[in-house]
Amino acid sequence: MSAAVLAPHALGLPRQSVHWSDRVGHGLLLAVSLLLVVFLLAPLLMILVQSAEDKEGAFVGLANFAAYLQTPALARSLWNSVWVSLVVTLVAIPAAFVFAYALTRSCMPAKGVFRTLTLIPLLAPTLLAAISFIYWFGNQGVLKQWMLALGIQSIYGAPGIIVSEIFSVFPHALMILVTALSLSDARLYEAADALGTSAVRKFFTITLPGAKYGLISASLVTFALVITDFGIPKVIGGNFNVLSTDVFKLVIGQQDFQRGAVVGLFLLAPALLTFAVDFFVQGRQTAQLSARAVPYAPRRAPLFDWLMTGYCLVVVLLMLAVLGMAVFASFVKLWPYNLSFTLKHYVFGLVDAEVGTAFVNSLTLAAACAIGGTLLAFVGAYLLEKTRGFDWLRSGVRLLAMLPMAVPGLVLGLGYIFFFNHPDNPLHLLYHTMTILVLCTIVHFYTTGHLTAVTALKALDNDFEAVSASLKVPFFKTFWRVTLPICTPALVDISRYFFINAMTTISAVVFLYSPDTKLAAIAILNLDEAGEIGAAAAMAILIAATSTLVCLAYLALGWLVDLRTQAWRRPALN
Amino acid sequence: MAAAEPSPAFLDLTGIHKQFGKFEALKNIHLSIRRGELVCFLGPSGCGKTTLLRIIAGLEMQSGGSIVQSGRDISTLPPALRDYGIVFQSYALFPNLSVSSNIAYGLVNRRTAKAVVAARVKELLQLVGLPDSGPKYPNQLSGGQQQRVALARALATSPGLLLLDEPLSALDALERVRLRGEIRSLQQKLGVTTVMVTHDQEEALTMADRIVVMNQGAIEQVGTALEIYREPASPFVADFVGKVNVLDAVVEGGGRLRVGTCVFQCADPAQAGAIGSGTRIYLRPEDILSRGVIDGEPNSAMGRITRIEFLGAVCLARVALEGMEAQPVTVYFSLNDIREAGIAEGSRLGFKVLADRIRVFPVAAQAG
Repeated sequence: MSAAVLAPHALGLPRQSVHWSDRVGHGLLLAVSLLLVVFLLAPLLMILVQSAEDKEGAFVGLANFAAYLQTPALARSLWNSVWVSLVVTLVAIPAAFVFAYALTRSCMPAKGVFRTLTLIPLLAPTLLAAISFIYWFGNQGVLKQWMLALGIQSIYGAPGIIVSEIFSVFPHALMILVTALSLSDARLYEAADALGTSAVRKFFTITLPGAKYGLISASLVTFALVITDFGIPKVIGGNFNVLSTDVFKLVIGQQDFQRGAVVGLFLLAPALLTFAVDFFVQGRQTAQLSARAVPYAPRRAPLFDWLMTGYCLVVVLLMLAVLGMAVFASFVKLWPYNLSFTLKHYVFGLVDAEVGTAFVNSLTLAAACAIGGTLLAFVGAYLLEKTRGFDWLRSGVRLLAMLPMAVPGLVLGLGYIFFFNHPDNPLHLLYHTMTILVLCTIVHFYTTGHLTAVTALKALDNDFEAVSASLKVPFFKTFWRVTLPICTPALVDISRYFFINAMTTISAVVFLYSPDTKLAAIAILNLDEAGEIGAAAAMAILIAATSTLVCLAYLALGWLVDLRTQAWRRPALN
Repeated sequence: MAAAEPSPAFLDLTGIHKQFGKFEALKNIHLSIRRGELVCFLGPSGCGKTTLLRIIAGLEMQSGGSIVQSGRDISTLPPALRDYGIVFQSYALFPNLSVSSNIAYGLVNRRTAKAVVAARVKELLQLVGLPDSGPKYPNQLSGGQQQRVALARALATSPGLLLLDEPLSALDALERVRLRGEIRSLQQKLGVTTVMVTHDQEEALTMADRIVVMNQGAIEQVGTALEIYREPASPFVADFVGKVNVLDAVVEGGGRLRVGTCVFQCADPAQAGAIGSGTRIYLRPEDILSRGVIDGEPNSAMGRITRIEFLGAVCLARVALEGMEAQPVTVYFSLNDIREAGIAEGSRLGFKVLADRIRVFPVAAQAG
């Protein structure tokens, strides 16, 4: 034995030999990282490179930034973007907070209905709101007089952008705030009651501090969503320039990649900041609530409950008014002169303007993302969370998986142009194909899919893999027999998320489509530009209707999946 | 490595060392486990016992040292190439598979015929006392039942080594006592070499053939339950296992130790140390008696009871022995003693200390 006893430190650290099944895992992990590097990191780095080069490709440092800030028109766009986003945040957050408060802290009836109706804005491209507000307040708007009475001269510009953005960011802010407000500990309120605390004091000493991180998070997300949105300012912005429309004009209109890159980085900054703060805040929020917390259950308070119901009713009616106007306008002959029923906008849009093919493209894209994105996000998350080895790679891949949340679609699309349109890139042949649209969209929405998968996987016992190894069952068998069946509900969620977002996205793909791969949401933009607002409304409604149907289909699918794979969750019948 | 004299050890750990960054989780662990015995790793949380178990399982990689199981060097083998079954505190049963499928999980992969697998599953269900639970899902069973299934799953492939990582900690008190008896008799019936990690000394004392007491990444003592309890090798062991009175004393020579003005004679003078040096006496409460004390006999003193704590069949009394009131001791009384002798708080009576039970550790040994 003595010869076998070697000084352990003299030899460096011993390493465990790798089982062949673990090598499979390592290979897959490498593949996922490679995908993220090529389709996320490299394009983003290209923006940085472009922003520091002149037209001939020579390094010029910060000269492009200096030139940008000295161009008054462009600097004004920067300011416009900032103040409009601030106003939207300041209005949308309190409005969403009260709504979230009603959903979580009152005994308001029909909460499910209210909650579902607030999801309407997610079903269609953001520009649907802009189109609808043009019908309400535009040059021939129904309520134009009301608007003038308020002293607003025209809906085109900041006012239109602000109201449309409030409509479209509302569900995003609401979701975060509802989560923040439901993470409350009833025992705190009971303790306060025992001490005879007034309702107002309870609100300011328990509720508000408890939701503080949710409020910060929701505000940042709202700000970032508004400042990077492209569809709304394009449709209703008029001559009011913002960063996102500037990027498009610079890159597509003037082919000025360098200045486009600079504006892109300005767009990336607030989003990156949001991401960093949010990351920090999320950790705090979960740490705040102990496992023993008792969930808060609201008690009846007639006056408060009715007030809350009234408020939510107003909000939901406003939302329905936005959607309803678009629906109505899409079915009338000539707004506002001839309001008789017609399908001509649909026919014109689908047939004459060839949105039909674009629509098929959109469905193809959405289906490909729903399948490919789900597969990639789930397998990626599984490899990260549940397999062993390659530790040096893991934190990098984790960061890459989180990064898309911080990257506005416009910036990602910009990076794709710079990277894949580069003549020296062997992947150049992907440019203008459906494949690149699919990959770009998957990457764009990757983080939410990834996080959903991680959450589902974290709920599983960490020792499954260790037990499998001890029983000499390779990890992929356990993945197939145990992990996947348990996580099917999460898979359905992830897949729906990818589908709906792929149907409605504009920002990233607007840089990447070719005449053959034009998407429905982009076709709407083109219809609007051509002055065919009726057809644009019709097509937007078509997308919203498709999304709704798909959601219902997913609901049915979720129910079926539950029935088939989740029997073990139910207690014994005997 | 000649086979001339086969080692009686089934599992040999030599110089196991584990470093997490700057933290030394395990320091130079040497341990030999015999075939068929049940060994408990006992220690407070953070002592490295679970890390050591995970290193044996290959779930953690040691920074140095070697592991030989059944004559085979497994130091660098991945878990799948080692030979063990493992049971975790969390059960780690696959929730979407029936109890039978869980138990058969490792068998199916070995391309065993279906009928053979079914027979083996039936046999194991019998063995763990759950003959009718095969078609149920894990969440339809109680915690103790789930842990029995986990045990059956680990034993299904007849591994040479069974690893139990705090298998009883998630169970309620009654179930824990019942299951620890079952695990022990099952282990003895099958004769499977078993390593169990626990922080519960009662579990270790009742189940183990040998106990490995660990503290701060090192082994403090290896021995049977009685050895650990009666002859603790270090102050830590004396303190961690069972209750103990710790008294500051001065060595007087001839095996005499002075506490306050009381003088105790210990049976083994070699233990005591240099005359005049400070030392510590470790004395279990049950080694201080109050029955049959003859006035003036060695190692005896009068004492006053300052407090009585009722625990059920026994009571804990705080006693201030005359001459060492600054260091009161804890003594056990049975409930009957208290009633028959009319003992109450404030009572004064004679006590004696069993000389052969006095353990002495010099103050220097306390460090680390």
